[in-house]
Amino acid sequence: MTNSRCAVILFHSTSYALRAEKLLDRAGIATKLIPVPRFLSSSCGVCVRIAQCDREAAQQALECAQLETEGIHDI
Amino acid sequence: MIYFDNAATSWPKPPGVAEAMLHFLQEVGANPGRAAHRRAVDAGRIVYEAREAICELFHAPDPLRVVWTKNVTEALNLALCGLLREGDHVVTSSMEHNSVMRPLRWLARNGVELTVVPCSSQGLLDPADVKGAMQPHTKLVVLNHASNVIGTLLPVAEVGAICRERGVLLLVDAAQTAGAYPVDVQADHIDLLAFTGHKSLGGPMGTGGLVVGERVDVSQMAPLIRGGTGSRSEYEQQPDFMPDMYESGTPNAVGVGGLLAGIRWVMSKGVDAVRAHEVALTQRLVEGLRSIPGVTVYGTLDAELQTATVSFNVVDMAPSEVGLRLDDEDGIMCRVGLHCSPAAHRTIGTFPDGTVRFGMSAFTTTGEVETALAAVARLPASRRGLTGLAGNGR
Repeated sequence: MTNSRCAVILFHSTSYALRAEKLLDRAGIATKLIPVPRFLSSSCGVCVRIAQCDREAAQQALECAQLETEGIHDI
Repeated sequence: MIYFDNAATSWPKPPGVAEAMLHFLQEVGANPGRAAHRRAVDAGRIVYEAREAICELFHAPDPLRVVWTKNVTEALNLALCGLLREGDHVVTSSMEHNSVMRPLRWLARNGVELTVVPCSSQGLLDPADVKGAMQPHTKLVVLNHASNVIGTLLPVAEVGAICRERGVLLLVDAAQTAGAYPVDVQADHIDLLAFTGHKSLGGPMGTGGLVVGERVDVSQMAPLIRGGTGSRSEYEQQPDFMPDMYESGTPNAVGVGGLLAGIRWVMSKGVDAVRAHEVALTQRLVEGLRSIPGVTVYGTLDAELQTATVSFNVVDMAPSEVGLRLDDEDGIMCRVGLHCSPAAHRTIGTFPDGTVRFGMSAFTTTGEVETALAAVARLPASRRGLTGLAGNGR
């Protein structure tokens, strides 16, 4: 996964990001927890980085588990 | 030495608990949810995994609705003080611990209407009495799952079904049952489950929590404290989402790490297996104590209807004297007196002197039960009111 073709999913807090990490892992989607990029939010927490090509599948997996997000952004 | 004070806190802890805490201190160490570096994430993972373990054990659907507290008392206070307002009606039983009674008495002085439903002298509660106590403005029923004094189980599932019919919330204090008796928040219709980590879940002191069900509108449950959460740091207002809104300040991640190891041990043994072991111990202890002249055992006297906590008294001996002698002469550590539960002792007729309480655990052996029974039987016959029986063959 390189930075050029990634997306990040933002969450309310670290607990949500950790839940997402597990849900996405179960859905076979590669993730990495990274600090929230400053240009997206001033949050001091973590967000979940995925490959852009997994965006739709990731959103579906999270919606399926009714896990609320604060948005998904290509970076 | 025999540790029979497991109803206060369990000892020994399951294998792996101390190691998990040492691992956190030596290898992880960072503040969960407060940064994005690898160790902070590792710490966060441990705390999150423990939320999932709690959900698995109690059949709760959403790990993000598990709130960590420092103990069950704090969890109960969060639910009671967070939800109840002036003009609300709350129902409880006469077997409650002061962790419920004291916040309720305080709330009652501040405009909350309180009904205490009496239990039998064996600690049994009739669900119909709870139904009868309900009023149109009843908001909450709070019950302990099992008495900390005599172990009697309360019919939470039946009361839960009644609460659902009436649109009333059910808060259960599982201090004495979590890890030792099956708890299923869905089947038992429990809206709020307050649990402690340091008893039958095998964790260290300083751990506990509140499982918040979907019927609870968290916008109507005020936090006990407010402060930093590692989330929404740009705002000076408290977050409005679970679990952060109730988890201000650095959590006891070391303790939660130990608790996670404890819960995993419980799940690997199986709650049903722990329960079967404790029922067998309890049956033997109750039968054995009852066969000793001058000993009165309290409760239902039926191991299937209680936890592995047994209260008794010895005629003409104060509970404190029994406790001191068992400790001094036989190395048996138990708890005597009122066990923070004056209401329960009034209900069973042992207020204000209290009882001697033996609290067993998954680690208690039948050999320890036999040793303890022999020690109680050795307490001086003259002091057990048996002077008159001397010379008649006993």
